[in-house]
Amino acid sequence: MNALKKLFGGNTRQFGMIFALVALIVFFQIATDGRTLTPGNVINLFNGNSYILILAIGMVLVIIAGHIDLSVGSVAAFVGVTVALAIRDWGIPWYAGVLLGLLLGALIGAWQGWWTAYVGIPAFIVTLAGMLLFRGFNQFVGKSNTIPVPNDFQYLGAGYLPEVGPDTGYNNLTLLLGIAAAAFVVWGELRSRARAKALGAEVPEMWVTALKLVLIAAAILYATYLFATGRPGTSFPIPGLILAVLVLIYGFISSRTILGRHVYAVGGNRHAAELSGVQSKKVNFLVMMNMSILAGLAGMIFVGRSTASGPFDGVGWELDAIAAVFIGGAAVTGGVGTVVGSIIGGLVMAVLNNGLQLLGVGADLTQIIKGLVLLIAVAFDVYNKSQGKKSIIGLLMRNSGRSSGGPSNPIQPDETTSTKEAIAREA
Amino acid sequence: MKAGEIHAICGENGAGKSTLMKVLSGVYPYGSYDGDIVYQGQVQQFRDIRASEHAGIVIIHQELALIPELSIMENIFLGNEPTKRGIIDWAEARLRSLDLLARVGLREDPDTPIKEIGVGKQQLVEIAKALNKSVKILILDEPTAALNESDSQHLLDLMLGLKAKGITSIIISHKLNEIEQIADSITIIRDGKSIETLDVKADGVDEDRIIKGMVGRTLESRFPDHTPKIGEVFFEVKNWTVGHPNVQDRLVCKNSSFFVRRGEIVGFAGLMGAGRTELARSVFGRSYGRFISGQIYKDGKEITLKSVRQAIDAGLGYVTEDRKSLGLNLLDDIKTTTVSANLRKISRNYVVDPNQEFTVAEQYRKSLRTKTPSVEEGVAKLSGGNQQKVVLAKWMFTDPDLLILDEPTRGIDVGAKYEIYGIIQQLANQGKGVIVISSELPELLGLSDRIYTIFEGAITGVLNKDEASQESLMKLMTSARKAEAA
Repeated sequence: MNALKKLFGGNTRQFGMIFALVALIVFFQIATDGRTLTPGNVINLFNGNSYILILAIGMVLVIIAGHIDLSVGSVAAFVGVTVALAIRDWGIPWYAGVLLGLLLGALIGAWQGWWTAYVGIPAFIVTLAGMLLFRGFNQFVGKSNTIPVPNDFQYLGAGYLPEVGPDTGYNNLTLLLGIAAAAFVVWGELRSRARAKALGAEVPEMWVTALKLVLIAAAILYATYLFATGRPGTSFPIPGLILAVLVLIYGFISSRTILGRHVYAVGGNRHAAELSGVQSKKVNFLVMMNMSILAGLAGMIFVGRSTASGPFDGVGWELDAIAAVFIGGAAVTGGVGTVVGSIIGGLVMAVLNNGLQLLGVGADLTQIIKGLVLLIAVAFDVYNKSQGKKSIIGLLMRNSGRSSGGPSNPIQPDETTSTKEAIAREA
Repeated sequence: MKAGEIHAICGENGAGKSTLMKVLSGVYPYGSYDGDIVYQGQVQQFRDIRASEHAGIVIIHQELALIPELSIMENIFLGNEPTKRGIIDWAEARLRSLDLLARVGLREDPDTPIKEIGVGKQQLVEIAKALNKSVKILILDEPTAALNESDSQHLLDLMLGLKAKGITSIIISHKLNEIEQIADSITIIRDGKSIETLDVKADGVDEDRIIKGMVGRTLESRFPDHTPKIGEVFFEVKNWTVGHPNVQDRLVCKNSSFFVRRGEIVGFAGLMGAGRTELARSVFGRSYGRFISGQIYKDGKEITLKSVRQAIDAGLGYVTEDRKSLGLNLLDDIKTTTVSANLRKISRNYVVDPNQEFTVAEQYRKSLRTKTPSVEEGVAKLSGGNQQKVVLAKWMFTDPDLLILDEPTRGIDVGAKYEIYGIIQQLANQGKGVIVISSELPELLGLSDRIYTIFEGAITGVLNKDEASQESLMKLMTSARKAEAA
């Protein structure tokens, strides 16, 4: 168990989520007699959830900065219907439609960002208003009708990587992509390890890194195998590809760029950030604007998948996205959260949904279970923080009969802080 | 401890004073510690704060536990409302609060919201709240840390008054002169152990004696030796006038002018609320108030600083007096904090280089001797002195020409203060200008080469090191008369 913890370099919180996801998949795989991990089902799962996961990427940034966005479902629907109409009535090509959608998303985002950042109205209110506004716009513009989109636009939401090269019995592009991804992860990890070592920072032992990379690479390659062996005509879905690219870009922005640092700084302590020269208004504006752009993209993908835009597209999406972010370890007070964590949180919800569906559980029960999972996941986190313990993994270790007096050094800074602060505040 | 005395607890930061008090007041419940609390001849087992308050032990924390939006009266009776058949009896509450306010010597309408009265008065409301709970032991954790001299004095007098009425007080403070003034006995704590208990009258205790007990050695001097190397004037502010951010027609800085030479440590003395912080922050990229008029000259050229970013780029740095709420992101670790004001220096194309970040943070950890297991430690886990070192490192990394330090040693123990003074002098030796704002006059006198005094938003005088004394400064700090410029 100790070794397991080492694998994830003290980041036990993320580990807990990955562990929960794997456990969930294994559970459903057994419970559904192997119907979970079939190519068809996995592809379906990605197709049906990619738009929520894309929203979660934007949402986690909004939540890190200390805000919330309730309007994403309505924004997605409004962008979707506008693009569908533009393509049908003005006859613009699909790529111009996509561009128009992103532009409209940016415009809406600028509107909401302006109210939030420069006028100073809480994002909750601004986006609650936006939720009504843009739902109204959607139904006004579309006259509450269903508007179909042409085939080439549907590719965005329901397309797959094409077949190219020799007939290997697999989808070649998917294979190539999977192998490249695995190689990239291995290369990146080894490089950063070597650099950290050269600087004299603490690095995990070599076998730990190696084992971690083997596990990750195996997971990627297995997924590749699943995607590449689907029924003819299917392979790695386009929405999944868009999602993967976005995760890479936003993961990088949030963790490695100045802008990303500023988002965390503003969410952690706005005043301290301002006195360090961070332009917090600009940061808030950009974060809100970015969310609406991604919402627009999600809306278009959804329209592509469902072949038409309708008046009730995107209802309740904001809640799914917010749930994903919080399951993924973000804090309501801002300053904490990761893009990857939110994706994992979203996948937990998606797998749960999908598995229950396969088991034939009704929508009513599914909602109840999802609600409880959200509550328990966050409650677990809160409980462990208040106990000054490390997270789910800490509990697992105790239950496996080991003494709780294990090494307690790499406690995450934010966890102990909040304990002390909580005590001080209580007093 | 005897009944009806004032007992002081002293120790360096992290010595365990606050923890001890939390045990006493039931914040840490019975069972989470070893040992016994013996009170009125009985071993007490407080499960929570309510239990200890019931026994008459009330703690007043460093950070006040008042609700700003509620009135004085509502705060006094919060959690302890006088009721008639389950309904709050406001008439009764008003009568009692008037009585309580009179006892603590606070003349305010009980309906005034807390946010509208100053920190000193808020402290008095806290004491009134404690008195209402028929307190027998009053624990005050750094009660004067945020108060100016006259408010502090008022509070200390009040404590003496309470003592006369038979209420026992325990006071935790870093201000040794206050302890010397009012305490009957002193317990010194070091590394979580009580080292000694002194009887003030019998043992003839003075400040140096207490310091010796706290650090386990005698501090030769409380300020490092320093020979200033002062150059020419390089930074000048002229006719600086700034309005209050919310109140029209109210000025927080009135026509203030000052200058700083290279290698000079300039002190700003003034009472709390005199406008010292307001002046500093408005100069620092207009981060406070409404700018009305004034010029800033650096190296002979007039510059305009409209944002904090511009101020930093122009070579200014500002270390805030309020470390926790304005200076630090407590979620961050040391290395992130160290580079946070100058991310560009460790970035290429807006991409942060984590390796450089680590190297820089490690470098400052070593040179400032920050006590931490690693630079990846969260800043929230550090003691006040080490947090301040991290904040200093953050600003030193921006390589400022002029560094403004607002209360740089607030809430920091004697040993760390000495080190911080050393860092400040080092900065001056590098030819940087340093402005130190402080409420502690001995600190200003020991550190500065020149001291400006501020009263009600205006600069009332400037004294050179050799002509300044506590008395002369205090006089200028409390009068609007413009003294002869030095």
